Amino acid sequence: MVGLALLVALLVAAAAAPVLTNQDPEAQSLVQALRPSSWGHPLGTDHLGRDVLARLLYGGRLSLLIGFLAVGVGLAAGVPLGAVSGFRGGLSDLVVQRFADILLSFPGLLLALTLVAVLGVGLQNVIISVGVGAVPSFIRLVRGSVLTIREQAYVEAAEAIGQRPTVIVFRHVLPNAVAPVIVQATLNLGSAILLAAGLGFFGLGVQPPTAEWGAMLGEGRQYIFRAPALITYPGLAIFLAVLGFNLFGDGLRDALDPRMRVHHRETL
Amino acid sequence: MNLFHRYLAQRLAASLVTLWGVSLIVFLMVRLLPGDPARMIAGLLASEEETTRIRVQLGLTQPIHVQYGIFMSRLVRGNLGVSARTSRPVASEVLERLPNTLRLVVASSVVATAVGMAAGVMSAARPYSLFDYGLSVVALFGISMPVYWLGLMLIIVFAIQLNWLPAAGADQPGSLVMPALTLGAFSMAIVARMTRSSLLEVLNQDYVRTARSKGVRETVVIIRHALRNALIPIITAAGLQFGSLLGGAVLTESVFGWPGMGQLLVDSIFSRDYPVVQGIVLTFSTLFIATNLVVDLLYAYVDPRIHYG
Repeated sequence: MVGLALLVALLVAAAAAPVLTNQDPEAQSLVQALRPSSWGHPLGTDHLGRDVLARLLYGGRLSLLIGFLAVGVGLAAGVPLGAVSGFRGGLSDLVVQRFADILLSFPGLLLALTLVAVLGVGLQNVIISVGVGAVPSFIRLVRGSVLTIREQAYVEAAEAIGQRPTVIVFRHVLPNAVAPVIVQATLNLGSAILLAAGLGFFGLGVQPPTAEWGAMLGEGRQYIFRAPALITYPGLAIFLAVLGFNLFGDGLRDALDPRMRVHHRETL
Repeated sequence: MNLFHRYLAQRLAASLVTLWGVSLIVFLMVRLLPGDPARMIAGLLASEEETTRIRVQLGLTQPIHVQYGIFMSRLVRGNLGVSARTSRPVASEVLERLPNTLRLVVASSVVATAVGMAAGVMSAARPYSLFDYGLSVVALFGISMPVYWLGLMLIIVFAIQLNWLPAAGADQPGSLVMPALTLGAFSMAIVARMTRSSLLEVLNQDYVRTARSKGVRETVVIIRHALRNALIPIITAAGLQFGSLLGGAVLTESVFGWPGMGQLLVDSIFSRDYPVVQGIVLTFSTLFIATNLVVDLLYAYVDPRIHYG
């Protein structure tokens, strides 16, 4: 519940940005640079005199959107590949599993950095780079579920009446593998936001002057001695979003899989 | 050939296939650059001569299968090419930075394992106590905290406000403290959670009850009887974390200006020095694959209950 409340608060704040502030997140005013909190600028201003609260709220829209779309990329590629791998077995399984192994052999941020180095910076490329990193976890998860489900009597019955493999997979197998995928997707949202913000922190994500939490942190670090607040707020926003998705994912897992509830309680 | 040797051969072969796949991706990296890769590397303002020099240096004038043959034959001899920025061998640049990255990763790993295990043991010793719930919250914060933000916050507190530790660099006393803590925070949380759950499981076993009923002190029961048998999953978790610390090192090095491979990688991406990017990605991935292989083999070797195959 705490996770859901956190997420709702962040989503509402991002969606209601124009209502919550009348400041333009990209409007610069050098005479107002690095100002502390005031009535006009509740969280102060950055090095270019831009309102930090407005950038935080509008930046939240982009940071959360990148997270959702990146996980969407992971789902769109990982679920069909995992389903084919688990259902067909044989050479398809071998090839898909080796592909997942290769993707998994790039530690964390390295795959996203490598892809950004090739594709270039920008919103679309960040979404792809972060999304590709999520693909192997969905491949593994869906393959595991499909391996179990394909042994069920109703799948055998569907095969016996001559249904095509594609129909069996999409109509009978995948709908029964949805619950763990939803849980994994929720947990992946947190890591996707972390990763995308990491790219933004390096200046390899969304480009200025567009507001995004990671980019705000990256810009703010140069003023760490004069205005530590510039890194405190965007960092806190990323932390709360990731915490929200982790808590919500754990809660969903407890709700959707009662067997996990006992195990989860034991593992803290 | 006994079962363990067969398992060893299988795992080694699988790792080599994965490594080959990584090298293929690294090879294709430069060839997949949009437009003319040599122009991209040289920069838009570079002269035609400079662009041609880079094209020849990277072997881009040859057919792709010839390029791949040359790339692989150089790679197996440890030749990672020449930096487009400094014209020095990439292997030398990487080897210069590698010890610093390993120093940071090993220090983080030691801190994460020691503190994580201690916290996990204390938590399991008093389950559902205030300390246990406190650790649960701290561990959750640990896995949700952006590494780069934690690093910056530590700099604000310990370098700027308290002036206890240097904010950046690697050559002053205490330079390693903040980067190691920052990088290790996530793994610390994972090891603490794993230690707690593994120890709680063992503490419910009959032989622990027997030891307690004989009047053995609780500390001895936990340390000598329970922890020893709970160690295998903990060692595995700590070992696998070593691999993931390599990825986190890129961010940590950037925050603290730590002169390691991660810092060089980011600089090389900005300066479009793709041969160096390729060399670092290959080195990181090889270390990652090797670490996971060693952990897998150790796990199988240490635990007699494991079935190979």
